[in-house]
Amino acid sequence: MTTAALLPTKADEAFRYADLAALATLWPLPAEAVDVAAGESGSLSVVLAGDAPAARDLAITLGEGASYDLRLLNAGGAYGRIAVTVRLAKGAKFHLGAAQLGGGDQTLEIVTEVVHAEPDAQSSQVVRSVLAGHATGTYLGRVVVDRGAVGTDGEQSIRAMLLDRTATANARPELEIYADDVKCAHGCAVGELDAQGLFYLQSRGLPPAEAKKLMLQAFIAEAFVDAPEEEVLTQAALQALGGLL
Amino acid sequence: MLTISDLSNEIAGKAILKGLSLTINAGEIHAIMGPNGAGKSTLAYTLGGRPGYAVTGGSATFDGQDLLAMDPHERAAAGLFLGFQYPVEIPGVSNLQFLREALNAQRKQRGEEPLSGGAFLKLAREKADLLRMDMDMLKRPVNVGFSGGEKKRAEMVQMGILDPKLAILDETDSGLDIDALRICGEGINAIMRKPDKAVLLITHYQRLLDYVKPDFVHVLAGGRIVRSGGAELAHELEQHGYEAVA
Repeated sequence: MTTAALLPTKADEAFRYADLAALATLWPLPAEAVDVAAGESGSLSVVLAGDAPAARDLAITLGEGASYDLRLLNAGGAYGRIAVTVRLAKGAKFHLGAAQLGGGDQTLEIVTEVVHAEPDAQSSQVVRSVLAGHATGTYLGRVVVDRGAVGTDGEQSIRAMLLDRTATANARPELEIYADDVKCAHGCAVGELDAQGLFYLQSRGLPPAEAKKLMLQAFIAEAFVDAPEEEVLTQAALQALGGLL
Repeated sequence: MLTISDLSNEIAGKAILKGLSLTINAGEIHAIMGPNGAGKSTLAYTLGGRPGYAVTGGSATFDGQDLLAMDPHERAAAGLFLGFQYPVEIPGVSNLQFLREALNAQRKQRGEEPLSGGAFLKLAREKADLLRMDMDMLKRPVNVGFSGGEKKRAEMVQMGILDPKLAILDETDSGLDIDALRICGEGINAIMRKPDKAVLLITHYQRLLDYVKPDFVHVLAGGRIVRSGGAELAHELEQHGYEAVA
């Protein structure tokens, strides 16, 4: 048995909030390699929907000057996990736009590790979570800037909306910087729907669920803006949101 | 159209309205004036159904229906429009999308067919023109980045599109410059001055009433109407202040 096949435990930071029982049914999880050659560009949309537990593990390698646009909709069954590692060579660009939408007893997580291995690469991550009932939504995101990776630009914008006080959001953006002259920013916020805004929308005739849906649609919009499959992702997200209200 | 009878309420345990009575018939424009803290905005919010404005006594009947038993969106569908003193900003939601969904939600509630995209845009353009508002502004998120005057004009565009029977306008004149005041005043007249509609204007000043001539003026103080009269009462208040009149 290789070490890779061992089921992780809660002591493993990347699995600290995972539903290990559900994960066991999917283990071992093969990493899906994505290699983008120098100067090339690529994109991918991953949608976890449906009732079965699901987990994906993406390992993305970007060559010099390559770019990649990754969009995630994590709205599946009792357990949904998407893990992504990205390695950026000189001048490469990576963008992640993700929404995770959960209710009931769902456990959803997005775990990223973005390594700026060489100078002048850019990465940006936008993650929006909407959580209802007793759902748990987690984002663990590490940005590593290797020694010598000067001119790095790394950004993380992480926001979660709790529809019920019983739902849980974990958000941990992390920076590990071993180079000078880098620009890394992260923002992180957990909140509730604005009651004043809701009343305003309802006073114009929108029933409560529709008013909430409209505000949540706006909240997650940034995750899918300018995506190659923006329309498809938005429709799938709206359907998932409808199920939470 | 609206009959408010002995209405009392409290907010966070504090009594604000204390037995307020007021009747508004179709075709009438009423103005409510009064000192700060008299309960003017509380009256507007209570009639609009804002959460937290608990009614402790009395009744409000709108077109024969118990207004206080209805949810805010049901009040809107029944024909009530509440113009906010401080219109709320909703980032990410465009005015046009919001208004089309709101109008069609009202129509659905009333058992009417939804308005098509084309018909809605035509309607929106017509009302935006009436309030001299650029259609491009309506493509932007609701009230985000709007000046105080633009927010109030946007409220009037909303009113024009939603076409209510009764508009309760809470200090629509606050934050308006002279030109915007005239434009809003003319908008209110064009949209609401009709035999089957009515308006309740809440204001501190005479100046809006120069454009929108009220049929009745009421003074609200201490949570109830303490004096009622015609348009001349507003002038009297302007000259002598609330203390002398009420």
